[in-house]
Amino acid sequence: MNKSRNVKVNVEYLTRVEGHGNIVVNVKDGKLEDCRLDIIEPPRFFEGMLRGRSIFEAQHITSRICGICACGHSLASIQAGEDALGFVASEQTIRLRKLLLHQEILDSHILHIYLLAAPDLLGVKSFVPLIDTHNKVVRRALRMKKNCNNICDILVGRHVHPISAIVGGFTKLPKEKDLDTMLDILKSMQPDMDATIELLATLKFPDFQRPTEYVALVNDTDEYPLLSGEIGSTDGLKLNKKDYLKLTNEFMVPLSSAKHTKASRSSYMVGALARLNLNFNKLNLKAKKAADLLQFKPVCTNPYLNTVAQAIESVHCLEESITLIEHFKANGLKQEEAIVVGLNEKGTIPVRAGKGVGAVEVPRGILFHDYEIDKDGKIINANCIIPTGQNLGNVEDDMRKLVPEILDKSDEEITLMMEMLVRAYDPCISCSTHFLDVKFTNR
Amino acid sequence: MSKPKVAFFDFACCEGCQLQMANFGEVLLDILNLVDIVTFREVMSEKSEIYDIAIIEGSITTAHDTERIKNIRAKAKVVIAYGSCATIGGINGMKNKFDLEEIKKYVYRDGAKQIETLPTRAVHQVVKVDYFINCCPVYPPEILKVLKCVIAGIPYAVPDYAVCVECKLNENVCMYDKGITCLGPVTKAGCNSWCINNGNICYGCRGMVTNPAKNGQLDILARHKIPLDWITNKLDMYNKPRELDEQK
Ligand code: SF4
Ligand code: SF4
Ligand code: SF4
Repeated sequence: MNKSRNVKVNVEYLTRVEGHGNIVVNVKDGKLEDCRLDIIEPPRFFEGMLRGRSIFEAQHITSRICGICACGHSLASIQAGEDALGFVASEQTIRLRKLLLHQEILDSHILHIYLLAAPDLLGVKSFVPLIDTHNKVVRRALRMKKNCNNICDILVGRHVHPISAIVGGFTKLPKEKDLDTMLDILKSMQPDMDATIELLATLKFPDFQRPTEYVALVNDTDEYPLLSGEIGSTDGLKLNKKDYLKLTNEFMVPLSSAKHTKASRSSYMVGALARLNLNFNKLNLKAKKAADLLQFKPVCTNPYLNTVAQAIESVHCLEESITLIEHFKANGLKQEEAIVVGLNEKGTIPVRAGKGVGAVEVPRGILFHDYEIDKDGKIINANCIIPTGQNLGNVEDDMRKLVPEILDKSDEEITLMMEMLVRAYDPCISCSTHFLDVKFTNR
Repeated sequence: MSKPKVAFFDFACCEGCQLQMANFGEVLLDILNLVDIVTFREVMSEKSEIYDIAIIEGSITTAHDTERIKNIRAKAKVVIAYGSCATIGGINGMKNKFDLEEIKKYVYRDGAKQIETLPTRAVHQVVKVDYFINCCPVYPPEILKVLKCVIAGIPYAVPDYAVCVECKLNENVCMYDKGITCLGPVTKAGCNSWCINNGNICYGCRGMVTNPAKNGQLDILARHKIPLDWITNKLDMYNKPRELDEQK
């Protein structure tokens, strides 16, 4: 039957992903002729626009690459900027940045699990019908999202485009009562997080396996690496962050405004699943317990389970955030470390010519920012490599293996499985344009 | 009366303004009681071609998008420009400073051929806009204020006085007194001096006041001997596409 099968999938404006893309699948006489993920987001030229701007503006500008991982872009930008300037941030600043990154990952994962992925698993088109059928679940999701948002409001002024996190440190620091408020919010989230894991344990994910190369930050300590580390992979790759170009090898593909990447194989995967596959042992106890409950074991080669990996990481991030705030409460925050830099009119931060790289694990995977600045701190060259861009090749390789395996299903089922696959990667398309719709052409 | 049908559309943007809706938390459910959201690609697979209110996020930067926005305008009774990318071109406007062919080659190298792009335009520079919600990202209290006006069918006037007015009410120490340049004196208020309250400077994301001599707080600049030109130059981070208004 399959031999004579023609399938044409053409999903334009793929929904429930952040950004725009098309999925194109063309099966003719049972043979897969075309299988693509096209990115049709209008390009925004961030790297080009950064040229001539001050390194002290880079965080503000690059945060706007993506509203969903604005804090992640900010942190990668700041790291690259400080690396170029030769500025070393204080221990307190690093801890606060870790807190911010944990909140960013938690916030983004919750958004993806509940609002973007769960509707597929519950068989509806969006969270809207769930308001009637699963009101408690929707309320929980919105409450958790709001809680992360409130923490970011306190910590950096707002979650979408943080205000106070800059090169050099923080322009405003949380006060004693702010620490108490954040701790109360985080603790109030614990029962909601338990309920989230219980919910996920009841959902059935498609069974599909395809081993690939998993890439994430790695380190030699006990800490689950997110804010810093070296580049590592399950194929044994190990690189200093400065050598990221050896990993990413960006190249353009026809019909798409996004760039693809490859390392040891034709493609590699970044994100929550990749991080767990490399660093599972470094998760905190509660996260490992959640993994047990969800029957997750590394190395996991089912990309649909990226959503499960995100849930496990969410538990980790929530608990780590609590530990960080308890540390601040016990040791106090040095308010005198708050700094005003502006465009460095006062020379608060010494400036030199240089190059710098930021490599940070953001919700969707490893993110690189790379800047070259002149002696006045003006940006001469900039490069940003976004997680979704790194995952594109891997998604297509998954699609190529998946489609022949599900040819006996209906067009609708195939389309849904493909959309779910792409959504499992939690693609952030605004980012990768420097990136998604399903087009089945001729099935 | 049936609930107005609302559709969200995104153009060149970071989608942070859409995310501000999710950031309302459970208040979002109250908003959903007042309106019927029929299209919202970021969070919904349902879509509808019939809507009353179109909320536009992002700037217009391609020929395809120019046609798309014209179609939306033709179908919608009310068009809301939502966020700085839509109201003033915003951060995407920095591109207009560069030669488009050059910047394409810089970012996409060999792939530049397959990239098409036009100078960044704000939505009102392509089609008529009924309501403006400024800010990058949109400021939640203002979203609610504007939505109420839209539902009541009355106009919303964006404040046309300087951020400094709000900043002083919030009793912040002025950045100029710390030796730092701030765009508050020439930027439209309405964000409750969001950035300065958090220790940073104003970057001008809400757009420039229409008549700086009348609506700006130029006394601050005068006191610190800062020429207005110098400040308006800095406004290019968000406000570069305003030149297209001036050309009209
Ligand atoms: S105005 Fe700012 S937050 Fe809103 S879409 Fe544009 S860049 Fe993103
Ligand atoms: S210049 Fe800036 S800091 Fe000073 S009053 Fe105006 S908005 Fe506030
Ligand atoms: S203070 Fe300035 S930059 Fe900040 S939100 Fe208000 S207008 Fe925008």
